[in-house]
Amino acid sequence: MNSGGTARHPLVLTPGLRVDEGVLVLGGLPVEMRGAEILIECLKAEKVEVVFGYPGGAVLPIYDVLYDADIRHILVRHEQGAAHAADGYARATGRPGVCIATSGPGATNLVTGLATAYMDSVPVVAFTGQVATSMIGRDSFQEADITGITMPITKHNYLVKSTKDLARVIKEAFHIATTGRPGPVLIDLPKDVSNGTAEFTYPETVDLPGYKPTYDGHPKQIKELARAIEAAQRPVLYVGGGVVSSGASDALRKVAEMQEIPVATTLMGLSAFPTAHPLSLGMLGMHGTGYANLAVTECDLLIAVGARFDDRVTGKIETFAPKARVAHVDIDPAEIGKNVRFDIPIVGDAKRVLEALIPQLETKTRPEWLAQIATFKNEWPLGYAKGRDGIAPQYVIEQISELTKGEAIITTEVGQNQMWTAQYYRFKQPRSFITSGGLGTMGFGFPAAIGAQIGQPNRLVIDIAGDGSFQMNIQELATAVQYGIPVKIAILNNGYLGMVRQWQEMFHNKRYSATVLSGNPNFVAIAEAYGAKGFRVESEDQVRPVLEQALAEPGPVVMDFAVSREANVFPMVPPNESINMMVRGDR
Amino acid sequence: MMKHTLSVLVMNQPGVLARVAGLFSRRGFNIESLAVGVTDEPNISRMTIQVEADDATLEQITKQLHKLIDVIKISDITTDERVDRELALIKISGDAANRSEILQVADIFRAKIVDVAEKSIVIEVTGDEAKIDALVQLTRPYGIIELVRTGKISMVRGSK
Ligand SMILES: Cc1ncc(C[n+]2csc(CCOP(=O)(O)OP(=O)(O)O)c2C)c(N)n1
Repeated sequence: MNSGGTARHPLVLTPGLRVDEGVLVLGGLPVEMRGAEILIECLKAEKVEVVFGYPGGAVLPIYDVLYDADIRHILVRHEQGAAHAADGYARATGRPGVCIATSGPGATNLVTGLATAYMDSVPVVAFTGQVATSMIGRDSFQEADITGITMPITKHNYLVKSTKDLARVIKEAFHIATTGRPGPVLIDLPKDVSNGTAEFTYPETVDLPGYKPTYDGHPKQIKELARAIEAAQRPVLYVGGGVVSSGASDALRKVAEMQEIPVATTLMGLSAFPTAHPLSLGMLGMHGTGYANLAVTECDLLIAVGARFDDRVTGKIETFAPKARVAHVDIDPAEIGKNVRFDIPIVGDAKRVLEALIPQLETKTRPEWLAQIATFKNEWPLGYAKGRDGIAPQYVIEQISELTKGEAIITTEVGQNQMWTAQYYRFKQPRSFITSGGLGTMGFGFPAAIGAQIGQPNRLVIDIAGDGSFQMNIQELATAVQYGIPVKIAILNNGYLGMVRQWQEMFHNKRYSATVLSGNPNFVAIAEAYGAKGFRVESEDQVRPVLEQALAEPGPVVMDFAVSREANVFPMVPPNESINMMVRGDR
Repeated sequence: MMKHTLSVLVMNQPGVLARVAGLFSRRGFNIESLAVGVTDEPNISRMTIQVEADDATLEQITKQLHKLIDVIKISDITTDERVDRELALIKISGDAANRSEILQVADIFRAKIVDVAEKSIVIEVTGDEAKIDALVQLTRPYGIIELVRTGKISMVRGSK
């Protein structure tokens, strides 16, 4: 293996060593440090407490320093797990998640995780090893152009060419990942850069002339929005993940309550507003509640906050909120006008804009509008059929919701499990729902739960999974067991790739092409083989007792619920339909 | 749809061209021409980008470009009073029989002859797009062997 650069002994931090105005000094003189050591010092300066990673040749210098650094390292079993765990950690805590992978295959294994974080605007900083600078571009062993590969799925990325640039780059990376519209940043570290030496100074500030996010909304526009709200008869707040990530939940609640404005959320925004609140409409869109979709269709003012008018939300875009003036608050100016027309654009941080709005609003009741909403709720109550050949999957989620009093951190996989969770778990506080919304990544929920649990050790963390998705990162059971991470996995086992099967049932004449999972393993036995606990639940009356027992377990647990095999997610807006044209489905 | 000229200041970093070009292709925007070179500040480059886009698309292009960390400033100079220049090298098949005719055409366009060989002539011309298009048109009957254009660079007139 080519180590490149100067291979030296790791610098042992002697007692005389101290940091003086950001410069590491020994007896008054700046000290040269190895790149790998600089990296760790930078992570400490950023108050990083944990990194998720997987070693390999190109990151050996980094792992050598990690060996006795006081930063926790969690060894995942696949680099995709590291990226998702860093992502889950970030979503649960609001702090950036950090992951590390080696060059080539290690780096490419991060790709799905980075794309997932990018689509959902999650602050992740990823470090990848790279072959030595002298070997780049020669198809060297385990070389992959990871900065080229991840250009479209990171907020920014770096290939560090010299050890002396490292501290600045890391400072910039954390700054970029966590400010403005958050997102993943990747730093590619050639082996000679990790092994090389430079003076270490952690910069206090960044100098990025091309990067100046706008936080405060324009006062004139905010006033305009206040006037529009006062004038509106049937306003609706449509809130997305931006409200969660900016910590705007309290301000949102205040605005909604002062003016009696019903709140519909996106999948990403679900935990921003309590499901049980009288003004909550739940989720809107393809599998949203009937009442949220009708309210949006009838509203005369749509106030979008930190949401991006995704096609799963809007359905047929031409008929989305057809009677409404549209106000759009977003920190990313490019989101405003990207998909829909707008009347009142406000570029800014959701929390700051809402807080600036509050003093401009009077208190108001809207009995007529709320009465109309009540009729929508009567016409379209959430509801489901009893399980035909197994437990109703929605029932399992209702029980989890009740038992945890809506206070657990819930992650999901992708598919029916995700949509049922969105519909039936009653959320209470922000950052308690962690799901891959934009990319829809199967296999996300379990490693994300591991990351969330490490970030929130005192919370109960549950991954609500499908039998298909869980098998995409099932190897992380070893990670959970090795570190005693007590996540709970509730598999809604329907023996199908359920959501795809539902589309085949509805739109392809029940031709279940490649969606039957007849080769499923015995999940209890698998859990036990890894050293976790496993439970199988085959009848409705067993759901509650097993949940009680499983959630009380001190370690990781897999629960395998035999659910009704062909249960479907309803209501459903067929693709490219207006969102008020919902299919009610079986009850 | 209208042609727009964007003058974009970027950090002179490796990969910045790939970031800009990648953004255009991934979001389905069309680049008509792109010229890039360093400014008087060595760490900053200027890209002159010509795009054909309606207003909404142009707005998206501008906003998406702004999101690139390495992009410092974008000016749409389409409607500004400005000087546009492009340079082209045209290699034409020509021999003793038609050489003087070709030279005459070149002369009308104030183009320079930069290479003469037994069976070919290379003409260098600068000007705006229309002028270069016209010269290309007129030389085509002689047989163009190779054509290289730089893409347009632009500068706003006056002290702005
Ligand atoms: C990585 C990945 N591959 C494929 C898909 C397409 N897809 C969406 S939902 C789904 C089925 C999920 O099945 P399962 O995990 O069993 O969940 P269920 O829908 O049955 O709850 C598939 C294959 C995806 N979202 N992600």
